[in-house]
Amino acid sequence: MVRSTTQPQLDALFSALADPTRRAILTRLARGEATVMQLAKPFDISQPAISRHLKVLERAGLIVRSVDGAKRPCRLVKTGVEAIDQWLSMLRESLERNYDQLDEILAQTSPPKKGKEKQ
Amino acid sequence: MTKLTLQIEGERYVVVTRRFAASPEAVYRAHTDPTVVQKWCTGPEGWTMPVCINDAQPGGKIRYEWADGEGNGFYLTGEFIELEPFQRIVHVERMHLPDPTPDNHIETRFAPDGDGTLMTMRMTLPDEKTRSMMLSTGMEHGMEASYVRLESMMIC
Repeated sequence: MVRSTTQPQLDALFSALADPTRRAILTRLARGEATVMQLAKPFDISQPAISRHLKVLERAGLIVRSVDGAKRPCRLVKTGVEAIDQWLSMLRESLERNYDQLDEILAQTSPPKKGKEKQ
Repeated sequence: MTKLTLQIEGERYVVVTRRFAASPEAVYRAHTDPTVVQKWCTGPEGWTMPVCINDAQPGGKIRYEWADGEGNGFYLTGEFIELEPFQRIVHVERMHLPDPTPDNHIETRFAPDGDGTLMTMRMTLPDEKTRSMMLSTGMEHGMEASYVRLESMMIC
């Protein structure tokens, strides 16, 4: 039942995802690995700036960079994404279930046209 | 198809939106009447809310108790901070699992949207420890089928 070991560094993960450029980098990496140079190109920002973003993503466990080779291509780490998915899925499932039930209650208590004043 | 959106905002917030086919007044009332809250806010499949205290006035207490019918349960306490009838509710809540989690500060807005209501709920992201505890209460039951796609988080 205890799943805490499957919840690594979630705070770092959410911080990493808070930035639009970093989210765009992840979207790019979802299509395959890329070097800093390749990543910098579409964003019109400097390679050092991209490198800083990559460090944040790396610390959050979302990407890894190859150790060998001067270009050090980056790629997505699937488990980092899945850890976020798990928690958000739980929240979403609970809320969807609650609100579907609320829909039914609203349908009963407030008819489509003029809702009768309750109590 | 689904009417619910769930997005990360900044570093510390989760924003949920949901559309309802009823007036803001009706949706607001459904959030502030304990006999109604008890019917819909039951959480995971198979769970119920046997105790629902919801004193919708500034400083008013909130206490929700959930049970799965098999001896498992947890509860939530909180206080209302601000209420603007039919438009906005601000409250804090914490879960007791059984130790209390850090306060979750929640703002819920109800806005007219065509002939219905767009509800926007902005909540504090629980810390890692809290999330782990939530995942270990059994609240994850039945969650395997559904996955939030990373792409959907990237629109925000």
